[in-house]
Amino acid sequence: MINTKLIYLDNNATTKVDEKVLEVMMPYFTQYYGNPSSIYEFGGKNSKAIKEAREQIKEFFGANSAKEIFFTASGSESANMAIRGILTSDKSRNHLITTKVEHPCVLNLHKQLEKEGYRISYIGVNSAGELNLDELYNAIDEKTALVSCMYANNETGTINPVEEIADKVKSIDSKIKVFVDAVQAAGKIKLDVKNTQIDMMGVSGHKFHAPKGIGALYVKSSVLITPLIIGGHQENGKRAGTENVPFIIGMAKAAELAQSSLNYESTEVKRLRDKLENGLLSKIYNARLNSCAHKRVPNTTNIGFEFVEGELILLNMNDYGICASSGSACTSGSLDPSHVLKAMGVPFTALHGSIRFSLSRFTTEEEIDYTLEKMPLIMEKLTKISPFQKELKELKARKGII
Amino acid sequence: MWDYSEKVMDHYKNPRNVGEIENADAIGEAGSLSCGDMLKLYLKVNDKGIITDAKFQTFGCGSAVASSSILTEMVIGKHIDEARKITNKEIVDALGGLPPEKMHCSVMGHEALEAAIANYYNEEITFNKSEDIVCNCFNISKTFLENEIRNNNLKTLEDVINYTKAGGACGRCQGKIKDILNNINSETKKPQQLTKTQMIIKINNIIEQYIAPELRKDGGDVELIDVQDNKVMVKLSGRCHACNRSQLTLTHFVEATLKQHIDENIEIVQV
Repeated sequence: MINTKLIYLDNNATTKVDEKVLEVMMPYFTQYYGNPSSIYEFGGKNSKAIKEAREQIKEFFGANSAKEIFFTASGSESANMAIRGILTSDKSRNHLITTKVEHPCVLNLHKQLEKEGYRISYIGVNSAGELNLDELYNAIDEKTALVSCMYANNETGTINPVEEIADKVKSIDSKIKVFVDAVQAAGKIKLDVKNTQIDMMGVSGHKFHAPKGIGALYVKSSVLITPLIIGGHQENGKRAGTENVPFIIGMAKAAELAQSSLNYESTEVKRLRDKLENGLLSKIYNARLNSCAHKRVPNTTNIGFEFVEGELILLNMNDYGICASSGSACTSGSLDPSHVLKAMGVPFTALHGSIRFSLSRFTTEEEIDYTLEKMPLIMEKLTKISPFQKELKELKARKGII
Repeated sequence: MWDYSEKVMDHYKNPRNVGEIENADAIGEAGSLSCGDMLKLYLKVNDKGIITDAKFQTFGCGSAVASSSILTEMVIGKHIDEARKITNKEIVDALGGLPPEKMHCSVMGHEALEAAIANYYNEEITFNKSEDIVCNCFNISKTFLENEIRNNNLKTLEDVINYTKAGGACGRCQGKIKDILNNINSETKKPQQLTKTQMIIKINNIIEQYIAPELRKDGGDVELIDVQDNKVMVKLSGRCHACNRSQLTLTHFVEATLKQHIDENIEIVQV
């Protein structure tokens, strides 16, 4: 790295642990290390701490009861626990509905279930990344067990109308269960699960300034799931394994902080995101907005830089200390570009050069200004290397820049 | 984050010879925009056949740009027929190595060079005929795959994906790729024509290296007596000699090991 500056605009990948979160966690490593299941006070009081944390996470989900909250180790585990848990508790139905733009933890689980004999309907999206709702409702049949749909998309930030989907699905067949992967919505928009017909919802701590390795699953009290991990009685018998006390405490604190900054997210974080987005689109002629959905989480923008490849862009951004993600094939080692952008029909001129910028409440105006200053320099350098000079020239002319 | 060498980083940060040569004597292209990487190579060749200038334009990742950039440096000053001998392995070596998943970037460089030289001589490019496309995602032909498998001694599906990208997206052609690999690798396993003396030395080496040490652990031993065509006469000694499972040892271990290392047709005869 040329530069020791760090401009972290990849908060949908993971976030910095809030200092206040770390602070409340620390005593639980070396001071209060007792097992919550132990009978003596030294362990038993950790059980009380977990109970309080569960209350806090209940508030975060907007759930009715803390009994509906289960701690897990990740968003992926929450999704697996919910989806597998439903299927094994009711074997009479063998059809599942999900979307083409889910996170791999849901999408690849469905591909696996397909191999195990389930029928799956994968629902498409329009060019803004919005779900084809009619396609979803039409896919429902008498064997449909579950509809799984993400709350907000990790790559584009597009928000799905999950409450409306749950209402409609239940009106067609009240026995169908609805799982919502809320990993990218939690901490960015308000969750209010008790006023919806959603049956299960998963979140992941490290996306809202808790550490990696802790997540939670909401399961409506009337819904029965079979556990994935069998063993002790922890988590009401739904998830065995000694509770990860410090991380549970940390996630609860992170949830509290996230909830109190929701207003800041929807105003200040959104203002900075819009400044970045508008700035990039106006300063860089080969930039196009990939996600122009009507409803988006306030921190995310996905910009396609036409005729330039994404990994090369990220490497050049890295030289300025700017961190972001790409939907390009080259960055992941897989050779296929982003399944989300492909499903949206992003033209292949921009598909491989798509960059996701994701902000957090720690992003500053100065960081956005710096990024807006450097990105045009990077693009000027990289468009010169591109073999598509004629196409770039035409693009420039179309945008009225000579 | 990729583990790129210093040289790769230097070349994508400061790519050499970027651009277009007007009135180029040869132009070669490889890859496409939809496939995620593409390279256009321009050569200026003097009347003695020496490449006096080379420029490139690349759409691709860091290692694609680095491969293109170093390729231009490698060809400038070379006779066009010398340049033709450059392999993708030489591009990789010049870059101080590439991550396995990025080997296809060097292959693309080599492919563009071949295309440019074919263009110089007005030859038709022999690979990537549309009629025998194996991988539809990346438009890769059987001929091209066979060449790359042979030239780079590729053994597994993963190797083929890393070097050519074929099979790396939707995965539907992976079965076909495995068949091509099997065909080529079974060809290369065909017995080489060795003289009897060479054969005896080779068998003795394998016995000493892989077989005898194992038998000696159990207090046995083996000795090579003679070789006639594909028949290998051996004598078991020590505890192996008296062991009632010695026939099993011979076929499952001694014969199998020799087959694996030398020739599928070897037959063991106990004397």
